[in-house]
Amino acid sequence: MELNGAQIVIQSLKDEGVEFIFGYPGGAVLHLYDAIFQQDDVKHILVRHEQGATHAADGYARATGKPGVVLVTSGPGATNAVTGIATAYMDSIPMVIISGQVPSPVIGSDAFQEVDMVGITRPCVKHNFLVKDVTKLAETIKKAFYIATTGRPGPVVVDVPKDITDPNIRIPYKYPKKVAIRSYNPAVTGHKGQIKKAVDLLLAAQKPIIYSGGGVVLGEASKELTEFAHILGFPITNTLMGLGAYPATDKQFVGMLGMHGTYEANMAMHESDVIIAIGARFDDRVTGKLDEFCPYAKIIHIDVDPASISKTVKVDIPIVGDVKPVLDQMLELIKESKKKPSKKALETWWNQIEKWRSVKCLEYDRESRLIKPQYVIEQLYEVTKGDAYITSDVGQHQMYAAQYYHFDKPRRWINSGGLGTMGFGLPAAIGVKLAFPDADVACVTGEASIQMCIQELSTALQYNTPIKIINLNNRYMGMVRQWQEFSYESRYSHSYMDTIPEFVQLAEAYGHVGMRIDKPEEVRPALEEAFAMKDRTVFLDIMTDRTENVYPMIESGKAHNDMTLRVAPSTPTDRELA
Amino acid sequence: MRHIISILIENESGALSRVAGLFSARGYNIESLTVAPTEDPSLSRMTLVTRGNEDIIEQITKQLNKLIDVVKLIDLAESVHIERELMMVKIKTTGQTRDEIRSMAAIFRGKIIDVTPTTYVVEITGPSSKLDAFIAAIDMDTIIEVVRSGPTGISRGEKGLHL
Repeated sequence: MELNGAQIVIQSLKDEGVEFIFGYPGGAVLHLYDAIFQQDDVKHILVRHEQGATHAADGYARATGKPGVVLVTSGPGATNAVTGIATAYMDSIPMVIISGQVPSPVIGSDAFQEVDMVGITRPCVKHNFLVKDVTKLAETIKKAFYIATTGRPGPVVVDVPKDITDPNIRIPYKYPKKVAIRSYNPAVTGHKGQIKKAVDLLLAAQKPIIYSGGGVVLGEASKELTEFAHILGFPITNTLMGLGAYPATDKQFVGMLGMHGTYEANMAMHESDVIIAIGARFDDRVTGKLDEFCPYAKIIHIDVDPASISKTVKVDIPIVGDVKPVLDQMLELIKESKKKPSKKALETWWNQIEKWRSVKCLEYDRESRLIKPQYVIEQLYEVTKGDAYITSDVGQHQMYAAQYYHFDKPRRWINSGGLGTMGFGLPAAIGVKLAFPDADVACVTGEASIQMCIQELSTALQYNTPIKIINLNNRYMGMVRQWQEFSYESRYSHSYMDTIPEFVQLAEAYGHVGMRIDKPEEVRPALEEAFAMKDRTVFLDIMTDRTENVYPMIESGKAHNDMTLRVAPSTPTDRELA
Repeated sequence: MRHIISILIENESGALSRVAGLFSARGYNIESLTVAPTEDPSLSRMTLVTRGNEDIIEQITKQLNKLIDVVKLIDLAESVHIERELMMVKIKTTGQTRDEIRSMAAIFRGKIIDVTPTTYVVEITGPSSKLDAFIAAIDMDTIIEVVRSGPTGISRGEKGLHL
């Protein structure tokens, strides 16, 4: 069949199985929008700002595992998308971003709405393309999807000059079934010798711990991870990105690790003799002070990206490969092996961990007359029966959601972990709801974050994506305020806003339901009421304790065994526990 | 330690900037970088000289390999190899120094490739250290300009960097 360039783009997306394009029109993509208009197979979601398009596509990708697709125009459309592209890049989310470009003959002449998109995005994409020939268009799009979704996933930009989509130039169209790139061959299975060594080390461990991350979610390896942990009987901790990959309600789960991880997870890491890192990348928010990171441990690291191995922490047994096949390989060896993990050693180890657990590091003042943000998340967990998709923005509310919503399933916890992008939560929730219209989707946010992409409330109305916005409103940029309290003698420099809008009215102005909650006893009924409104987006503006902090905390530059716990006189100290 | 990394990379526009961008973004240093197409016009060969401890060099090679356009690479410092750099030096010459420069060029197996009444251009090829030595051996005040290609290298024996 003969198609013009614009039709080729849309037909390629269709052939790739794309359901939604998140986008915003403009001059350089008008031919493409005309092609979109003339078909019904690929649905276009019109956002209100291009950053929203990227986050919505990202949320869709995180929830489904399928690549998110974005379409933006040249110049400002393209630059507005950059934050969302970088967000996806840091968390290895598969996305394909099609950006319009000024016509080829004027590229480089500072034409209207011209920006060097390939240059600007180079450091925050897995790869990018500038299409120079319409006959290469379909193949380039195929390559973009292939690169975005294989190996360590990531965003791929395809920059398309306007003349490439000229409706008057028609060429034969064929979408390639497969594409091979000679310079790109991601590893799949792990090296057998390394796996054998790793299994031997694991079976001989006295104080082992499994430290797993977002790679397990991305690699669809939750089932394998759970079996792996159960068969070994080891404690397991998840990174912020890895939450849900292992059921949080399972007794072997010791909670999240890192800066706001649990006391038991961080202490167990610090004291362990063998760590197996699975699809995790030793991020600085996880490791704390590098020189004192896990001083007694031998480290095994499974990762699909060789560059993640020994990047910050030197590992003893690297295994490059997809986590799923590698875990399968390991499980097979463990089952075959005559050696079993030492029961006695594990019992001693678990006893120690139970002592750390008994600190109850996540306890907070339940008698307070003010609404505690932790309480809101606990109630949210109960009302949604732990089965909602939770998106979040960035800050204290994000940590509370991670700590108090016990994710039992992968892909339910959707947040910007690596880049830490405020404004992510609302558009991401729209993307999730489009993918799963029957599921409960909540965006846990704060009054500062929500304002960064609040215009997407309009998108939520247009496409009827009824989500619940849980706005933990403490009238501060909470996490900034917390750091200023701890490290700057409470000089709250610009972390406070005294002109916060009336969110209830704002939500209503956008056509949604707004609710304001001032007292702890109102929280539960309000949540129940909100989630009962299946067909409405509800904005719950919840006035929380202004001075609440996220505990426990490893302050910047400190080690895992040097956590700041909430001051509570009844808590036993580290020394008593040792 | 100094490392010479040889890279086979897709001969496409932007490929060079991906490599250069990687180095600046991650704070690695580049001492020199040369690039030219190979006998296969779809491939370029890049030679990059950098410095760093083992961990840094390991990260550099991994990050380079991660670039989609990079087909293959080797760290030449890991095996026996030959290194060559080309230099051209334009030197002010007066009657009495002309002989001196000529014999100096001969000692370094250089060639005089351009002559005017007041200048010579001397061409010298060799390992970078030899070029440094030549510069050190002549009077700095007589040098008008120096242009160096940056080192390129190739491994000895049958081993090679090819598809």
